[in-house]
Amino acid sequence: MPASEESSAARASVSTEGDSCEIALSGLWQITAERPEWERLRGKQNPARVRLRVEGVGKWDSSLILFLFEVQQWCRASGAYCDTEALPEKIRMLLAQIAASHESSVPFDRSESFLTRVGLATQDAVVQAKAISHFVGECVLGARALALSPRRFRWGDCAHEMQQCGAMALPIVSLISFLVGVTLAYTGAIVLRLYGGDIYLADLIGLSMVREMGAVMTAVVLAGRTGAAFAATLGNMKANEEIDALEVLGIPAVQFLVLPRLLALAVMMPLLALYANALGIFGGMVVAYGLLSIPPAAYWVEMLTIVDLSDISTGVIKAVAFGLIVGLAGCLRGLQAERSAMGVGRAATSAVVTALVLLVVADAIFAVAFNILGW
Amino acid sequence: MNGTTNNGTRGEPAIKVEALECGYEGKVVLQDVSFAVGRGEVFFIIGGSGCGKSTLLRHMVGLNQPTKGAVSFLGRSFTEAHAGERRAMLKTFGMLFQGGALWTSLTLRENVALPLVEYTTLTRREIEEIATLKLAQVGLGGFEDYYPAEISGGMKKRAGLARALALDPEIVFFDEPSAGLDPVTSRKLDELIMHVRETFGTTIVVVSHELASIFGIADRVIMLDRGAKGIIAEGRPRELAERSRDPRVTEFLSRGEK
Repeated sequence: MPASEESSAARASVSTEGDSCEIALSGLWQITAERPEWERLRGKQNPARVRLRVEGVGKWDSSLILFLFEVQQWCRASGAYCDTEALPEKIRMLLAQIAASHESSVPFDRSESFLTRVGLATQDAVVQAKAISHFVGECVLGARALALSPRRFRWGDCAHEMQQCGAMALPIVSLISFLVGVTLAYTGAIVLRLYGGDIYLADLIGLSMVREMGAVMTAVVLAGRTGAAFAATLGNMKANEEIDALEVLGIPAVQFLVLPRLLALAVMMPLLALYANALGIFGGMVVAYGLLSIPPAAYWVEMLTIVDLSDISTGVIKAVAFGLIVGLAGCLRGLQAERSAMGVGRAATSAVVTALVLLVVADAIFAVAFNILGW
Repeated sequence: MNGTTNNGTRGEPAIKVEALECGYEGKVVLQDVSFAVGRGEVFFIIGGSGCGKSTLLRHMVGLNQPTKGAVSFLGRSFTEAHAGERRAMLKTFGMLFQGGALWTSLTLRENVALPLVEYTTLTRREIEEIATLKLAQVGLGGFEDYYPAEISGGMKKRAGLARALALDPEIVFFDEPSAGLDPVTSRKLDELIMHVRETFGTTIVVVSHELASIFGIADRVIMLDRGAKGIIAEGRPRELAERSRDPRVTEFLSRGEK
């Protein structure tokens, strides 16, 4: 440290006389610079009386008050008398303020017992279930109203959303589906080669993609991409009072904002799922040819022996339902968002989580239902 | 001063609020709020930050449901109305939100046109012409094809006002119209509010704590107080500033006089 800086640093000199000590403060006291520590200055002394004074203090800020407060607190804890009479009025006033706020601050206990947490979580689950049912009901009623008067439906917004969630999602859906096909093929090849059933890889890939993976993977991609975007958009609109502006005009937000998005997803999701099926099957075909030397024509013919229209239909039905689930989760969370930047972020995250949970549940229900129906 | 009603209105008041209790999530913010607004009146709801001015407005226009009490517009109960009736009543009033609340995906023309599309059977061309006229009335002629993100805060407020006026409403609510505006733009907005009242005889309800606006254009005010959870004063702003014996009222209003 240069000499000039050292000479202007914050200093506190302690002079002791019997059981009294005097602390004289000097130098520049700045919060960004080093300052003396009371505990180190005091050492092993336990004075019964402490007198505070300033002596040639230059610029000072909160660091000086902090030091004085530390001394004052020590005096209070140890029963020593703290004499602040020699301090300037301004400093004494600030010292009184910090002491007063310290005394009046009420500790806020945010901790909750296990039972309270369980209770609150249960209550929240009931509230969420009610909110979802209420929202689905509103959507059904809104859809009925718009079906009776289709002129009021926002076809332009719907087309825009179709482009956003459909055409714009093609690159990511292509990549994911192709790689899912490749991964399935590699995994299936391990077992099938053991039994010399290499050719059945085509059946495995075809059936998996068409009945399950095409719809599920597309839904997962769109939950992350489109569902989150819906939640963020609607959450932002809520924060900007745009939703309130609709309500005040008597235009239900569900009809104006939610239904065009739901329809867009319900239409685009099956188309994307069919596209994903094709890409996944192609991925499997590439691996079958490269790894197992199965000619593409043989792969294709073998696949057609097992995959029929009912399999494709099950995938398409699922995709429509998944599209509605992703759209509902995104829009619901967006409309429930708190009116803040953090609220919008939380809504987007929550939309993805809600969609994924509901997708898995719906997929399980479909599996059972299709099994019962023999599809 | 809860339970007071307006005198000086001609016939049925434009707005009548009776023993309204407002709150969120079980917490009461305002209770036993009663007042009436005469037709064609410029009525201000004033008070310090956090006293419940905007909350009262949101409960009046149906964005939040009051826990008790009633609101009537032009002699018809709004709180008791069923969905269809309520939708019909919503056509009779417009609202300007704090930030304008323009729909960001629509141009200014489309923003103003939307209420007309929803509630009228006018042709597209007629709707566009009315939207252009409304925008011109608020000084935004030539900005019809701009998006909200492309204009300033003051222009957003004016565009919001144009949208609020789209259906030629009988009542227009303003939530903190001066918030975030410089004093000159605020005064221009006040002039615009007065112009709307003078031209169409519209009833104006403004939530504000902007003293220049209160003394400049308010016919009558009610003052809310956080501690009292209700109305603590009602009357003409200058009379309240000069004659009120309530220190909360005089302190609030005298700051503007200095």
